[in-house]
Amino acid sequence: MAETRDIAVRLTDVEKNYGSFQAVRDMTLDIPEGSFVTLLGPSGCGKTTTLRMIAGLESITAGEIAIKGRRVNEVPIHKRNLGVVFQNYALFPHMSIADNVAFGLKYRKLNKTDAREKVRRALQMVRLPHVEDRFPGQLSGGQQQRIALARAIVIEPDVLLLDEPLSALDANLREDMRVELKRIQRELGIATVFVTHDQGEALAMSDKVVVMSDGQMEQIGTPEDVYNRPTSRFVASFLGNSNFLGATVEDVTDGLVTLAVKPGEGGAMPIRLSIASNGRFRKGEAVQIVIRAERLCIGRAPESRGGPMNTFEGVVTNVDYQGLNARYFVEAGGQKLQVINPIDQHPAREGDRVTLHLRSEDAVILDDTGHVHH
Amino acid sequence: MSTLAESRRPWLLLSPALGTLSFLLVAPLGFIVVYSFWLRTATGADMGGFHLDNWVEFFTDAFYHDILFYTVRVALITTILCAVVGYIPAYFIANTRMKNKALLLLLLMLPFWISYIIRTLSWINILGTGGAVNYVLMQLGIVNEPLQLLYNEPSVILGLMHYLLPFMILNVYVSLSGIDGNLVAAARTLGATPFGAFLKVTLPLSMPGLAAGSLLCFVLGAGTYITPLILGGPTNAMFANLIFEAIIIQLNWPLGAALSIVLLVVLGTVVTVYGRLMGLNQISKSFG
Ligand SMILES: Nc1ncnc2c1ncn2[C@@H]1O[C@H](COP(=O)(O)OP(=O)(O)OP(=O)(O)O)[C@@H](O)[C@H]1O
Ligand SMILES: [Mg+2]
Repeated sequence: MAETRDIAVRLTDVEKNYGSFQAVRDMTLDIPEGSFVTLLGPSGCGKTTTLRMIAGLESITAGEIAIKGRRVNEVPIHKRNLGVVFQNYALFPHMSIADNVAFGLKYRKLNKTDAREKVRRALQMVRLPHVEDRFPGQLSGGQQQRIALARAIVIEPDVLLLDEPLSALDANLREDMRVELKRIQRELGIATVFVTHDQGEALAMSDKVVVMSDGQMEQIGTPEDVYNRPTSRFVASFLGNSNFLGATVEDVTDGLVTLAVKPGEGGAMPIRLSIASNGRFRKGEAVQIVIRAERLCIGRAPESRGGPMNTFEGVVTNVDYQGLNARYFVEAGGQKLQVINPIDQHPAREGDRVTLHLRSEDAVILDDTGHVHH
Repeated sequence: MSTLAESRRPWLLLSPALGTLSFLLVAPLGFIVVYSFWLRTATGADMGGFHLDNWVEFFTDAFYHDILFYTVRVALITTILCAVVGYIPAYFIANTRMKNKALLLLLLMLPFWISYIIRTLSWINILGTGGAVNYVLMQLGIVNEPLQLLYNEPSVILGLMHYLLPFMILNVYVSLSGIDGNLVAAARTLGATPFGAFLKVTLPLSMPGLAAGSLLCFVLGAGTYITPLILGGPTNAMFANLIFEAIIIQLNWPLGAALSIVLLVVLGTVVTVYGRLMGLNQISKSFG
């Protein structure tokens, strides 16, 4: 565990109940200084509630929240020194942009010149230097978003809390703002908690992703980790396109598990796979194999990483062209598999008989409850 | 050809509304204007024609001016008190997490189901010499003689507040409930105390409702004659009481017509000036 002084926010066993309904439970999480941590999960999983508890906008039922090593459970909102950006921006409609941005500075004992200078610099940082005299209603959604960010960072908060700040923007603008937001966060070096249900955003921006479901953390890790090494079926299915195959352990030898995939209907020959072990498995144990759709390669074998290559045959039943990639539905060993491959000169067609390749490192084995072995 | 038909269409579609309006509003108003130039003779008959006597009487007799100022004064005090007293329940209803918000609003409407006259009369049972308040005070031995709580300016203002508060509360409530809760949250995270956030965010944003409610209270308060009639003394007559006197008691319709026009012009001017100051859209909100 990191030194306390390097931790911007620490949640310890935090819980939130609304009456008898548990919105958040067992949240234990460290947000290191300067890091960008994303809470990712489906609607209603408790992301906003968690963020609002950190901000003090929601009381906590149990547990402890500490900011910069100081317990803040009893600290009122206005003394927490946090920058919050709300999903709908929440700009004050009756104040000019300059007054909006300067709002938090009024409580920070600055003289007028310094305050004006800070506002100017914050607006420059979000690249909207010439809108001081306008009102929020006269700005576009993307501009309002930037102003909300400027208002939050101008007070030099200890932590930046962002609740789906990009979700109200259209797709192109969202991509731009993603880059902007990340640039600003890096320039300020400020610890940031970002809430989203968009996996693309989470994977692109975060140092650490916290995947949540039903008020609980499912997995914490780098984007690479949660994407490639999901620790539960929920995480694997929430992020990207995955195949889930029921299988039985046939053999375990030096780090490799040999598995017989349960054949589907039709009495096809079952596929046999060798997968790098990620736990302790017993012969005969029933497990689930998670294979990312992009990890299955049609035709050409991927470069080996030292482990054995699995090769098996299948028939393409459907092709879904997506521009850069094609999504194939392949029937192999009585199972329907999803395969996403870049489109090269010779994309496979419906009815083609193809060879599929899978590296032993490119799959994850979960127990039959859908979790990794511990 | 078609453009001519096109240009006529809005008027065609508006005609039922315009017809109803002219029949119910413009025509009677026209009659009142005409009437105000008639004259009531000593025999009690109305004499048609163009006589300025009613208008001369109004403009030269200070009695009317005093009562007009008194009316404005009472309506103004009532409006300010309604704004202060009404804001609190409006704020509560808008911000409560109670499930029965609709019930609270219904309770607010409940008084409208009882005649305004009966509601006003009920104050006699409360404040009268034999009323509840005096009874309690005498039973407790605080006073020996019943206090004269009725038939003065405070009792008129109290009665008017009783009548007008729901209008104020509803208008402020509508304004308050339209404020995004995240605005106060944002102000708080930026460093504002709960009261600071109220002053800087909630209060300014609820101004439209407060303004609309105030206008409604003022106009309705300044135009009433029932409350001063029932709860006021001889010195508490308001302008509408004069109209009531002239038309119902003295049967002097021409004078009543002239006084009605005075009140209409005064209140109309208030609405217009207010509308210019506060923005027209806020006024239109207050009337629905
Ligand atoms: N004030 C409240 N009273 C009762 N239940 C609440 C309250 N606020 C939130 N909840 C419940 O708590 C759960 C978590 O809500 P939360 O807003 O944190 O979800 P979220 O992850 O932010 O979802 P979304 O992506 O839709 O914003 C939901 O089931 C919600 O219905
Ligand atoms: Mg949310």
